[in-house]
Amino acid sequence: MKPSVFDYASPTTLDEAVALLAGHDGAMILAGGQSLLPSMNFRLAAPSLLIDLKRIDALRGIVVADGEIRVRAMARHRELELDAAAHRANPLIRAVMAHVAHVPIRNRGTVVGSLCHADAAAEMPLVLTLLDGTVVARSAAGERVIPAADFFLFHMTTSRTAEEIVVEARFPALAAGAGWAFNEFTRRHGDYAIAAVGAVVRLGPDGRASEVRLAACGVSSRPVRLAAAEAALVGTSLDAAELEAAGQAAEGAVTAADDMHATAAYRRHLLATLVKRTVAEAAARSSGRAH
Amino acid sequence: MSPRIKQSIPLTSDDPTARVALTVNGERVERTVSVRMLLSDFLRHELGLTGTHVGCEHGVCGCCTVQIDGSAARSCLTLAVQADGTSVKTIESVAQPDGTLHPVQQAFQDCHGLQCGFCTPGMVMNIVSRFEEETPLDLSDEAIREMLSGNLCRCTGYLNIIAAVRRAAELAGRA
Repeated sequence: MKPSVFDYASPTTLDEAVALLAGHDGAMILAGGQSLLPSMNFRLAAPSLLIDLKRIDALRGIVVADGEIRVRAMARHRELELDAAAHRANPLIRAVMAHVAHVPIRNRGTVVGSLCHADAAAEMPLVLTLLDGTVVARSAAGERVIPAADFFLFHMTTSRTAEEIVVEARFPALAAGAGWAFNEFTRRHGDYAIAAVGAVVRLGPDGRASEVRLAACGVSSRPVRLAAAEAALVGTSLDAAELEAAGQAAEGAVTAADDMHATAAYRRHLLATLVKRTVAEAAARSSGRAH
Repeated sequence: MSPRIKQSIPLTSDDPTARVALTVNGERVERTVSVRMLLSDFLRHELGLTGTHVGCEHGVCGCCTVQIDGSAARSCLTLAVQADGTSVKTIESVAQPDGTLHPVQQAFQDCHGLQCGFCTPGMVMNIVSRFEEETPLDLSDEAIREMLSGNLCRCTGYLNIIAAVRRAAELAGRA
């Protein structure tokens, strides 16, 4: 229950951090440490060198501009949760963050760190996937912007290369008139999701859904968009039968095997129920915003 | 065959070390520590502040909760080197120097909010932080349960702790 031996560096510039990462096999990045430290205490992670980003001023803070919320690598979960401008730009985010562990963990853990850890049942990767957000990865070769759909590959696996540091995540603002909702099923408050669903819904002037976005976590090896359910709902009036059909369409997204938390059949049932409930709530908020 | 008895064990470690300087309970502290030393172990073993308890060592139980720069944090999920340059407060700083208990501590006593007491330092540090950070305080059942959700107690069944949070708010003039 103690970390194995490692070297430690706390550079003051991003360039230094990038050079250290490129120069050391087995080096890992430390931001808030709320996922990495437990892994190290269990010795599931054993970095040769830990590169702490805490002294790099350029990696602090949250900027809301140009229709997006830019969360820098050292911004804590709790900072984003309490950020008034971010909340105005996208109220979905604060609602989801209430489900991310507990306040003392959110005080230290970072949003970008959670995205890079890429637990398939974690909430923030779901949000980035739902909103078609991006991350910005920096290496000696420069910066590249990676869409969420290309970033999360598998359990704890992203398309970030070993030489890259993710310096920022960008969450798009919610479109005017759009409704949102998030629902999660867990055994205990603050746990990772057994299944969770986020939705963004826009209604056209005829009251029919002009846009439906749905994403889930906990049901697959990575956060997934529920494309079949989205397609089943666009253009409909979101009545009970249409929601029922969308819930059934979503069940195909469950690829998680039976585990100690739930069977695959139970997850399919949960996912269908969460889809129905979440779309209905998002639609209700959408109407409210439009009026 | 059993491993041979060593004639002597090393008195010093080969671990990489770093110098840390931080404020603990208002006092300036400087030490050279192994970079893999957890803040919880630093407080207990280097500074002798054994009021910070260590339960699960992976962030679940909340017993090791301290304040880092005014916010509640898990000292078992923080390296001592990460706390360099910060101000840390532990349970030892909560009561007045003359022994007068903090309203949260007094309320735990009044309401029988502890039995074995193992989880109590973490509970108190978490609740004190929320009292300091949140205005107004939400004292609904749901909000108090959420406040306590990151701290496990295996004795009380929580109801007396929920009562203690309400009592503490009364004692602190926050109800």
